[in-house]
Amino acid sequence: MTGRRVPRLLPGLTGTRRVLVTAVVLTVLALGGTFLLDPFRNFQLATAAAYLCAVAGLTLLIGLSGQLSLGHAALMAAGGYGYALTSNALTDAGLDGLPRFLASLVAAVVIACLLGLLLGLAAARLRGPYLAGLTLALVIALPAITSVWSPVFRGDQGLQTAYNPVPTALERLIAVEQWQAWVAILVASVVVTALTIVRRGTLGLRMRAVRDDETAARLNGVPARSVKVAAFTVSAAAAGAGGAVLCFITQSVSPGGYTLAFSLLLVVAAIVGGLGSIGGAVIGSMVIVVLPWLLGAGTAALDLPAELEQRLSGNLAVLVFGALLIAVMLLRPDGLAGLAGAWRRRRARRGGSALPRAATTPPAAADSLDPAGVADTSGHSRTIPIER
Amino acid sequence: MSHQSPAPRSAVRRTGGLIAASALIVGLAACSTPTAPSDDPAAAEGDSTGVTDTTVTIGTHTPLTGPAAAGYSSISAAASAYFDYLNDQGGVNGRTIEFIVKDDGYNPANTQTAVRELVQQDEVFAILNGLGTATHQSVLEFLDQNSVPDLFVASGSTSWNQPDTYPNTFGFNADYVVEGAALGQYAADEFPDKSVCVLGQDDDFGDEFIEGVELAVGADGITETQRYSVSNQDVTAQIGALQAAGCEIVALATINGFTALAVGTAAQLGWFPQWFSSSSGADYPTLVGYLGEDVAPKVLQGFTGTNYLPMADDEWVTLFREINDEFNDAAPFDGNTIYGMSVAYLFAEALAAAGEDPTREALVEAVSSGDLVGNGILPLAFGPDSHAAYLGVGITTVDQGVQDYLDATYEVRDGAVSAVEPSPVPLSNAAVPGE
Repeated sequence: MTGRRVPRLLPGLTGTRRVLVTAVVLTVLALGGTFLLDPFRNFQLATAAAYLCAVAGLTLLIGLSGQLSLGHAALMAAGGYGYALTSNALTDAGLDGLPRFLASLVAAVVIACLLGLLLGLAAARLRGPYLAGLTLALVIALPAITSVWSPVFRGDQGLQTAYNPVPTALERLIAVEQWQAWVAILVASVVVTALTIVRRGTLGLRMRAVRDDETAARLNGVPARSVKVAAFTVSAAAAGAGGAVLCFITQSVSPGGYTLAFSLLLVVAAIVGGLGSIGGAVIGSMVIVVLPWLLGAGTAALDLPAELEQRLSGNLAVLVFGALLIAVMLLRPDGLAGLAGAWRRRRARRGGSALPRAATTPPAAADSLDPAGVADTSGHSRTIPIER
Repeated sequence: MSHQSPAPRSAVRRTGGLIAASALIVGLAACSTPTAPSDDPAAAEGDSTGVTDTTVTIGTHTPLTGPAAAGYSSISAAASAYFDYLNDQGGVNGRTIEFIVKDDGYNPANTQTAVRELVQQDEVFAILNGLGTATHQSVLEFLDQNSVPDLFVASGSTSWNQPDTYPNTFGFNADYVVEGAALGQYAADEFPDKSVCVLGQDDDFGDEFIEGVELAVGADGITETQRYSVSNQDVTAQIGALQAAGCEIVALATINGFTALAVGTAAQLGWFPQWFSSSSGADYPTLVGYLGEDVAPKVLQGFTGTNYLPMADDEWVTLFREINDEFNDAAPFDGNTIYGMSVAYLFAEALAAAGEDPTREALVEAVSSGDLVGNGILPLAFGPDSHAAYLGVGITTVDQGVQDYLDATYEVRDGAVSAVEPSPVPLSNAAVPGE
């Protein structure tokens, strides 16, 4: 990173075209980056890309439409199960390779979308803690759902799916994990690009209007209910794609992978990265993948007594995430993505060459960064600072 | 520094950027290209990943946290203690064994990450005694693709015994079909008039156990079947249903925590059926840990289980107790301790049999040869066509707080249960193989 904003390379481009070109450039860079990583890191990268789908959807939902979901893990699970069931059915039907993957991915997104639509319909009538409670119930009920219909979902054991090998043409060039990272990056980039376009478009504008003041939005002819339902559905679709990718990488889906703790982790990622910011979602998903691993490696290296290590294992990460969340809320309420914005503004002031947009972006208003992002209906300006 | 670059300069920059990016990608492609197995010169001699001149590094995934931790976390600690003892005696062929234990919380999603880290980051020689049916199944395919020896899985699922599909995977427990069949047969032999019911875990563990019980008592022989999910720590509904069905013997395919939960819940309801349990959830000292010193002896008197490893006053047990005192900080000594040390001993035996310069291929070959003896009460069943460790189990019972074998041992061969005589392996050379 040189600190120069990517779009400045392409000043002639504006609007959706610029989003698309930026997406292509970033995707190509990410794909190229996989060559630098060993198989395990590529697996982590693939996992982060899968999380990114869900976190980006969530950040849009919370940051833009002001609705909190604590149940995004369940929406990812819906995608994962949709993917696994379709993939297994297609395997039985004799299909494999790319057609099987794409069909399963589409099925995953459709199923998550439908669930999201149902949730959204309920969400449009609920607010704040009530909505949080509803989505919370969904994720807590997940193991019960998979148990009750265990002939289909196979209870705690979950479903196993067929393995997608590296295509023959690439076999000599890349390893399995790198191939999985490629697929994950490509899916994530499509999802994130679509979300960015939604965010910049009419729907995004309406979401912000509804979030800031629902009554005012309605008076201005914004169909608030539909906008909230649409936000939930779009966000669920993204989570579903994430779940499908995760199932593709690990060839399995089980309720144990989509616990309440994981749901909260997605919210942590969205907040730590910066609510409403797609760039923040990227940072957030990286953090939730890398941090537990770093902590694990750290405690292992410290050579602690076995019992202490056992106590820390699995718990330390949760503790650190909690601490990180508090620290971010206190020090950088606009998340880690806000750091870049702040740095740019400072540089612009010092260098005297004003970046017109950055300079006029108001400093992060504390009320816009309420962790839930839903409590405020006071109608004050709740600018999400990262506007591009 | 102006952000409004003139158009021609931007075109130059754009092209330059693209060229640079392409060059970068092409350059990087060269540095992480995988080596095809067929081209790898090492492949001909065998794969000795994880083996150095002085060490052999192996790893496992096991629950150190979560619902199964209290019942099983002592297994990996016991295995580590045995390896420490063995390393103290000079190791195997001059190499010490480094045993990396990773927590997966009994959650298949965590197992995926833990095992990938062991194989790809820590570059272990083999995975030893990965614990859990659902958890280990989630990495079966991955280990197979990477040709990692997957030895002595801590689960009685029949999935591990598929030599054609998973040539590197071997089980350790007597499988759940065997355990179910043995308990069913014992019930049929000793209590022919009592109604038999099953409480099983909601996965292959439960399915296969039920299959085994049916093998012995017939498909119509089970009065009531109930399932529980590990993620739900309440079995009141299931116990109520079993009680309502008039069960007299309840056979459990439960992990230790849920055995205690089932027995405790029934006792609270004032119901005291006869409990039969698979070896995975039948360890008395562990159950005492859950139920408490006061309650356990009362509710567990006559508790019937299965086992295939040394118990009570055995020379193996005596040695393992000494090892536990010296290398495991005198941790509570229970069936899991014996289990963990037995697995570790069997691995050491396999490693010694794999030769002076062990490779993954030689290790797998050593196990499939059928020459390993282990320390069970019946001979190991490993062979070219069998990746199951034990085909039979002994029936155990708890009497006055002591768990030991009854005079009943069953074996399942070709889908039929039969009574057999046990033939325990005597201790030799203080449990240090390869001499």
